[in-house]
Amino acid sequence: MKTGRLLAKNLGEMAAILPCAFILIGLFEAWVKRETVEKHLGEGAGWKSYLWVILLGGITLGPMLVALPVASALWKKGAALSVVTAYLGASAVCRIPMTIFEASYLGVPFTLVRYATAIPLVLLSSVGVGRALRDRMLPP
Amino acid sequence: MEFLLVTLAVIVLSFAADKGKTLAGLKGGIRKFLNILPALMVMLILASLALALVPEDLISRSLSGGNRYLAALLGLAGGSLAVMPGFIAFPLGGILRNQGVPYMVIAAFTSSLMMVGILTFPVEKQFFGTRFALVRNLVSLIISALVALAMGLVFGELLP
Repeated sequence: MKTGRLLAKNLGEMAAILPCAFILIGLFEAWVKRETVEKHLGEGAGWKSYLWVILLGGITLGPMLVALPVASALWKKGAALSVVTAYLGASAVCRIPMTIFEASYLGVPFTLVRYATAIPLVLLSSVGVGRALRDRMLPP
Repeated sequence: MEFLLVTLAVIVLSFAADKGKTLAGLKGGIRKFLNILPALMVMLILASLALALVPEDLISRSLSGGNRYLAALLGLAGGSLAVMPGFIAFPLGGILRNQGVPYMVIAAFTSSLMMVGILTFPVEKQFFGTRFALVRNLVSLIISALVALAMGLVFGELLP
């Protein structure tokens, strides 16, 4: 009984967010040229590509379920695996709406400590994960 | 609601700029949504079931007092399992904080909630394969634990 009620509530929330999110992703894919992303996020695009994905992660709306298809789209457009991994991490760590909620309920110091720890760790581990798995992935 | 308005605004702007691209984008987005729907339904059913089975006060009772390192581990596990939006998780974190739950426990929960996804694993696997999903979630769990330790260090919670 309670499960049914929770399911209905969760379904309602998802129904309000996800179709919009996927439409935005579809439009993003239609507008953003592969070459542009390749230039900024491709293999050998350098450290600046990580600034790009932190920015992109920050403006991502919605939970991991929304970030995953965006990451998949980036990967299909030719972004490096380490950069895609960094995007997934950044979208979990520095989403702007989430950060606003966090700082208002747990305080700005809490947010600052989390950023100072998580962002460097996300970037370092993404480079490692990208290098380790790059050649062992199925083609996107 | 704001999200809906933003989406509508983007569609209108995109349509004004390029009809063909917009239609292609809408079609692509809807197709992707339908592809992910079955995995999404499984996740929703599991999450609702888990939330219904755990008594509400058990969560706050087990996280305050006692061994804070054990509580932080519980926070990591709970955050990895749970799926909830930030606008629920952070108010909840504020409530727990007021009940005396240490920052490191709250950070363990909110950080793993955002970074680790056991229930979203099937979806991640579908996009990137089992190996990548496994490695990324493990690394994210370790990062969440380190974030919790940093909180404990900064807020002086590491020693009782």
